Amino acid sequence: MSAEQLAEVSDQFVVAAVLLYVVAMVAFATDLAFGRVRPGRAVAKAAARQPVAVGAAAPPPGADVLPESASVPATPEPPRFAAVAGTAGLVLAWVGWVANLSAIVTRGLAVDRWPWGNMYEFVVAICFAAVSAFLITQVRHDVRFLGGFVMVTAALGLGLASKVFYTAAGPVVPALDSYWIAIHVSAAIIASGLLTLAGVTGILYLVRGDGPSRLPSRADLERVAHRAIVFAFPLWTFAVIAGALWADRAWGRYWGWDPKEVWSFITWVAYAAYLHAKATAGWKGRAATIVQLVAFGCLLFNLIGVNIFIDGLHSYADVD
Amino acid sequence: MSVQELEKKQTPQQAALGPVGWLRWAWRTLTSMKTALILLFLLALGSVPGSLVPQRGVEPDKVARIYEQNPTLAEWYDRFQLFEVFTSVWFAAIYLLLFTSLIGCIIPRTAVYLRELRRRPPAAPKRLSRLPHSASFEGELGVEEAARRLRRMRFRVSTGDGWVSAEKGYLRETGNLVFHVALLGILLAIGAGSLYGYRGNVLVVEGDGFANTVAAYDRFMPGSQVSAESLEPFSFTLDKFDVAYQVTGDKRGQALDYTAHLKVNDSPQAPARDYALKVNDPLEIDGTQTYLIGNGYAPVFRVTDGEGQVAFEGAVPCLIEDKATMTSGCVVKVPDAKPGQLGFLLQFLPTSVPLVDGGHASAFPGQINPEVQVLGAFTGDLGLRSGEPQSVYTLAEPEDMKKLKPLLMGTDVPKPLAVGQSVQLPDGLGKLEFTGVKQWITLQTAYDPGRLPALLSAAAAVVAIALSLMIRRRRVFVRVGEGRVEVGGLTRTEGSAAGFTEEFAEIVQVLSAGDKDVR
Ligand code: HEM
Repeated sequence: MSAEQLAEVSDQFVVAAVLLYVVAMVAFATDLAFGRVRPGRAVAKAAARQPVAVGAAAPPPGADVLPESASVPATPEPPRFAAVAGTAGLVLAWVGWVANLSAIVTRGLAVDRWPWGNMYEFVVAICFAAVSAFLITQVRHDVRFLGGFVMVTAALGLGLASKVFYTAAGPVVPALDSYWIAIHVSAAIIASGLLTLAGVTGILYLVRGDGPSRLPSRADLERVAHRAIVFAFPLWTFAVIAGALWADRAWGRYWGWDPKEVWSFITWVAYAAYLHAKATAGWKGRAATIVQLVAFGCLLFNLIGVNIFIDGLHSYADVD
Repeated sequence: MSVQELEKKQTPQQAALGPVGWLRWAWRTLTSMKTALILLFLLALGSVPGSLVPQRGVEPDKVARIYEQNPTLAEWYDRFQLFEVFTSVWFAAIYLLLFTSLIGCIIPRTAVYLRELRRRPPAAPKRLSRLPHSASFEGELGVEEAARRLRRMRFRVSTGDGWVSAEKGYLRETGNLVFHVALLGILLAIGAGSLYGYRGNVLVVEGDGFANTVAAYDRFMPGSQVSAESLEPFSFTLDKFDVAYQVTGDKRGQALDYTAHLKVNDSPQAPARDYALKVNDPLEIDGTQTYLIGNGYAPVFRVTDGEGQVAFEGAVPCLIEDKATMTSGCVVKVPDAKPGQLGFLLQFLPTSVPLVDGGHASAFPGQINPEVQVLGAFTGDLGLRSGEPQSVYTLAEPEDMKKLKPLLMGTDVPKPLAVGQSVQLPDGLGKLEFTGVKQWITLQTAYDPGRLPALLSAAAAVVAIALSLMIRRRRVFVRVGEGRVEVGGLTRTEGSAAGFTEEFAEIVQVLSAGDKDVR
């Protein structure tokens, strides 16, 4: 296949991944809406509110128009199709993951370099990393409840990438033509994927009340988010330091307070504050989750805001 | 956690706060975790304006523009040192406080840690079944044998009458301490670099040379401890500069590769060697790095004055006006021309193509059809003798500009000059010839003795933070007797319980595996 054809195939894989993620999301949402209710700390009172809250975070078609009375069966026995839908969601998510991976690989073949040289490629890769983080976690722990939300996030991310950040396949400027891109950007991608998972979980934490819910208990949610961050933080640290090493090769200094550097630093400090808040200052639950989400906001701003609104040395994003 | 316990123990009594008491109180408040957290937040918050307001060290031209367009705002920015956030007094105050707090945190923690390292694990509790993880099995297992197996699993073990107590995961605290010390190391390395290092920028045209002396730089930024003699005495000439551009497709005109071919003398006595300087691949001479950071065109002109003398001949570096096509603006000043000084405003088009309206524009950044458009020619006093520094990119100060007499305007020379062509000035005042094209590059030379220490500290920080976050501190207890073995376990750090269930099951399996070793 020629490079142009490969690039086109890559674009089609992205579309396929979006569609698959959306269908998977509907399946996960069905599972969540009709599946087992899990007790919270304070029993019963918030029960009727839950489906609405779920709908607010991720409006699966139909879920937000569920009549309130119908949504919470009094008996704990969920209908069979709920579990089937959950499994279908997982299968679809894996297929979408393969499509996402294929999009990245074909793009890489088309441009004959590491396929994360601009914002479009970078966001596609982060979505892939976030879905991977979810699916890999799912292999060992039951975090199916996260599925719908991760799928929405990934579908929106890929959609945003194709609609707003799209960049035709092509070579990169000489500054990016370096093996450092494999080290620095890959680390940033994996860390961002994990932190996205943590961010989604953090939002669910805030949405979920203390009552019974189809979501796992707040303590469980907090644990999932914490684990993801514990993995991501050293990676992020590494990504920033690798960036500094690259800057030392490319720009003549390892740290110069370029806007991207400033915001990676802010993000890093914010996640460090989260870890300190949890480990040493003994903040739990809501407070820690809010710190985590502020940090996640910094991460997103660094990714989107800095690339688009502020220009600096890092403006390779190629977004017009 | 140990630090918290420590803090609690040391909370000062309300009564009798003498000056020493207040000092103590201040120190304790500063070194408490809450203060450190607040300082961390402040540090993050304080960096925000550094990314929103242009910084003098990074974008001096933008700072100047704010001064021009909105002097009051600029003054306010300046009052709060917002143009130099990262070297400002208040930013320094935040990080110095933070690092003091950090030191105050590290010292007692290290002491506690050293004590713990020497201490044996505590005696096993009576009822192991009350622990978060517990199991029991039938069988005979001697205390010594249990201890041996636990030791083989790299536990630190102490034994007593019918019990074994084991602990593992000390590296967690090691990691934590090393991480924080490494952060201090990074700060010190950066500090050393800014005191003893320097940076300089210089523009070099093809065929010209550069020697590493303070005077040779266009802009030199030394640390306060740098003397002119401490510059590494190397020199080089720029033989040739090559650029490769993408010629087809959507990315037509994008640069693919820059190579500057240098002849380098590592020291005045050393023989010259060839070096191909590229982006991402600096020239390194004894710890001093030279980077390729920019490039542009320097067309070559010859100006003959009204008396028939060659009053100027040379390459003129032009300012890039449009990066995509490398359309560049050039200024030629000829103060030695007679009878009057001459000045030219020109536009360089590397790939000149005619437009439908009769004008010309550049269609590609590479030089396929290099031409020079004459925008204006002037005579009169260029103001060069006033002794004040002049920009090479503007013909004259605005007030001097008004006094110049225009000789040619753009419309007088409708066709741009190709290489070898020339334009005559009216009244026999001379002529301008376009004789060739050279390229210029901009280089940055940097010497930073803090680089290596910063790198080592950073590497240590990454490894240490990974250790400190991934390793869990855990204890396992065994009680034996009357044909039963009880095992209990717990993790000692917040959020690290996940995965311990599996590990605990494995440990129980190893302990219950009879005579044969499972591991
Ligand atoms: C101290 C230096 C550096 C830091 C702190 C740094 C930080 C980061 C961070 C945090 C990201 C993650 C993505 C984001 O949030 O946008 C990123 C992405 C990226 N970095 Fe760096 N970086 C540094 C140096 C460099 C250098 C020297 C280059 C290349 C010459 C580079 C090229 C890239 C590219 C291509 C991406 C991904 C795509 C994009 O965002 O457009 N970085 N960097």
